[in-house]
Amino acid sequence: MFKKTLINSALAICAILPTFLAQAGEEVNVYSYRQANLVKPLFDVFTDQTGVKVNVVFAKKGMAERLAREGIHSPADVLLTTDISRLIELKDKGLVQRVDSSTIEQAVPAHLQAEDDTWFALTTRVRNIYSSKRLGDIDISYEDLADKKWQGRICTRSGKHPYTVALVASMIAHHGETKTLEWLKGVKANLARKPQGNDRGQVQAIHQNLCDLSLGNSYYFGNMLTNKDQKEWADAVNINFPNQGDRGAHINVSGVALAKHAPNKANAIKLMEFLVSEQAQQMYAETNMEYPVREGVKVSDLVASWGKFKADSLPLTEVAKNRKAAIKLLDQAKFDL
Amino acid sequence: MTLTPKRPIWALSSWLFALALMAPVAVMIWSASSANHDTFLHLWQTVLPDYIINTLLLGGYVVLLVICFGVISAALVTRTNVYGRKMLRWLLLLPLAMPAYVIAYIYTDLFDYAGPVQRFLRDIFAWQSPQDYWFFDIRSLFGAALMIALVLFPYVYMLVRTAFECQDPQMIRAARSLGLNARQTFFKVSLPLARPAIAISASLVLMETLADFATVQYFAVNTLTTAIYDTWLEYGELSTANAIASVLLIFVLIVLVSEQRARAKQSHQVNSRQHIEHVYTLTGIEQIAASAFCWGLVVFGFLLPCGILLDMAWRYFDVEQFNTLLSSGLNSLEVSFYVASIASVLALLFVLFRRLSQVKLSALPLKISGLGYAIPGTVLAMAMLATFGPLDHVINDLAVQFGFNAPGLVLSGSAFAIVFALVTRFSAIANGTIASGVEQIPQSLDYAPASLGVGLWQTIRQVHIPLLKSSFVVAWLLVFVEAMKELPAVLVLRPFNFDTLSTHIYQMISDERLEQGAIGAILIVAFGLIPIVILNKKEKNH
Repeated sequence: MFKKTLINSALAICAILPTFLAQAGEEVNVYSYRQANLVKPLFDVFTDQTGVKVNVVFAKKGMAERLAREGIHSPADVLLTTDISRLIELKDKGLVQRVDSSTIEQAVPAHLQAEDDTWFALTTRVRNIYSSKRLGDIDISYEDLADKKWQGRICTRSGKHPYTVALVASMIAHHGETKTLEWLKGVKANLARKPQGNDRGQVQAIHQNLCDLSLGNSYYFGNMLTNKDQKEWADAVNINFPNQGDRGAHINVSGVALAKHAPNKANAIKLMEFLVSEQAQQMYAETNMEYPVREGVKVSDLVASWGKFKADSLPLTEVAKNRKAAIKLLDQAKFDL
Repeated sequence: MTLTPKRPIWALSSWLFALALMAPVAVMIWSASSANHDTFLHLWQTVLPDYIINTLLLGGYVVLLVICFGVISAALVTRTNVYGRKMLRWLLLLPLAMPAYVIAYIYTDLFDYAGPVQRFLRDIFAWQSPQDYWFFDIRSLFGAALMIALVLFPYVYMLVRTAFECQDPQMIRAARSLGLNARQTFFKVSLPLARPAIAISASLVLMETLADFATVQYFAVNTLTTAIYDTWLEYGELSTANAIASVLLIFVLIVLVSEQRARAKQSHQVNSRQHIEHVYTLTGIEQIAASAFCWGLVVFGFLLPCGILLDMAWRYFDVEQFNTLLSSGLNSLEVSFYVASIASVLALLFVLFRRLSQVKLSALPLKISGLGYAIPGTVLAMAMLATFGPLDHVINDLAVQFGFNAPGLVLSGSAFAIVFALVTRFSAIANGTIASGVEQIPQSLDYAPASLGVGLWQTIRQVHIPLLKSSFVVAWLLVFVEAMKELPAVLVLRPFNFDTLSTHIYQMISDERLEQGAIGAILIVAFGLIPIVILNKKEKNH
């Protein structure tokens, strides 16, 4: 009798164990530069569809540093960044691995992914120049921001913010360091106030008549227009796509990479494939007002209403390559001081 | 007859724990030696001098402001009939519960160009643009200093008030009988006697200021903390960042040494519980100004921001936040509990070792373990990763070698690193509190039981521990609250799905929507109030 019970329980355990193990493995760990609340809705859908639990750590700074230290014992699977330079930094430091997935390969346009399949863009965003409605319709370039006629009329966030750094890096790629430094000094001299706050804060400042122009990413405009507290600010400005007469507007990407020592590699790739799927891309477009990378996925109606624009064709790798030089120039111009 | 413990375990453990706490810092300094000279030179030639000047200015302004706020309010509360004196006595402590980054956000909202105050003024006077009028720019270096000072002045107030209250009444009477009036007595006798208390509290405040990260960042004021961040994360050079952190450490050491000196001079303070009755009577305009000053501090340092937080919480309450709040609240409680308990027990060990051991240099573990207070949380976090990262690898390799599953990053990837960092950071508070508690115990009590043949351990258990119980509780609470408020170290070190109240609030603030984190902020403030209330009660019972 006792023996039978023993055998039965042993059998039961054997039956349960694999499912238990499988369940324990059904998760994926994400290190994200993106705010958790922006990506959480996407992950919730993913979990609903696949049963894979997504753990997120929001690392605003120091992700690469952390990964390097964790080495082969790092729990990280998927890495999400909001800037091309960060993506390439991860790659350059050898913290990511090749992703072998034709699904992703085909979903993302060739110029928005690494040649060696180590990173993929998920969305693109434009560095726009917002202008006060008081100015009417204007045609403006990044170079114009250094023009003396805007003295005391420009607002921007910190020069050290990755979005600003990327723009400066693209200026270096186009004009060289000497000219870019001059330009930076010119812009600095035109600032209405010390760089501070975030992109929305600059639009608010235009609304308050503190300045006429500001730099800001495209999706903030959409987000502000749909936010009841901030609509008033957004209504005070026009969104401009700079340099339409020449090389086109500077774009940046948010992207994804697979951690080198990903312990849950299969789930990680599943998640990455989900992020470029039509459904996820549509969510990026609708809820975050970004430009999806996947062909055929439409931007939101609101974003579409801003019109088509010409994007700078400078390869993103060039932007990343000039990142450090850009930071040095920003320090040299004492941009934030 | 000797009180030195025969077994060396005591000395050994004191030294071991103190050195362990500081080991990460040693790692950091070690790493600084391999700094990249080019980057350092580039920074030196461009922005570093400005950062240093900003750091000094910020520290200077904060110290001036806290001395001004703290000493004046302490004097008014102890020596005059300022309106609401009895209530002010404890109300002036409340701002301590408010994290600086929270009031920074609230006041920017309120006093910025777009805020209601300036909008109101513009409506009244029909001003159109910022060129039409002058208004105090809150997002400035002085603004940041003011925010920090508003929540840190209670340190000065608390110590100086105690100094005033404990001054020898004989001395005051002597001064009065020699013909000085109440005002002269205050400036010529009381104030000079309180100098050590002022110096100690001001240096505490200065160290807190140098470690600040969130407030200056929010105000776009670039200090040495900015430089550490930039060098580490933008230039990607940890060792150069560590070099700059070591520069900051030098500033702090200077502060620390001067603080120790001030403490040494404190000996002529008489610990008298006799209250001084000579109350200077304020009348008319004096009374109005004095009351406005004290109540202004309470209102701007606590009541107003608290009211605004409550209003935000009320208007923006939504049930969905509740889960986040609950989990981050529990994490905060758990981490703070461990930090407070470990720091207090260690402090007890260090303090008693210094007091009872005749071994040479027995005061050193206490001093060494207090150094961590000076190290900005960011730097500490980096030091933790540098130390426990490699250790984790060793552990994993060993585990695999002995046929176990690799346990993963058990030290650097768990709350362990956070607790370690915070114990290092806040040991000084526990040390100070318990050390001052042990000073209240007469030296004779150390020896009396021994002369009766009672052993050392028993003496400690039956004499010192019971007498130190209340300082232990206070130390525990103070560390608990500080651990709860701490942000930069936790931000870097937290593992997966692990938010504390402070990181939760920080995310909301950096997103410029504190409204949705208001309840979290209220919780931090509420917990911060507990030790203040208990301290106050304890004092009343005396």
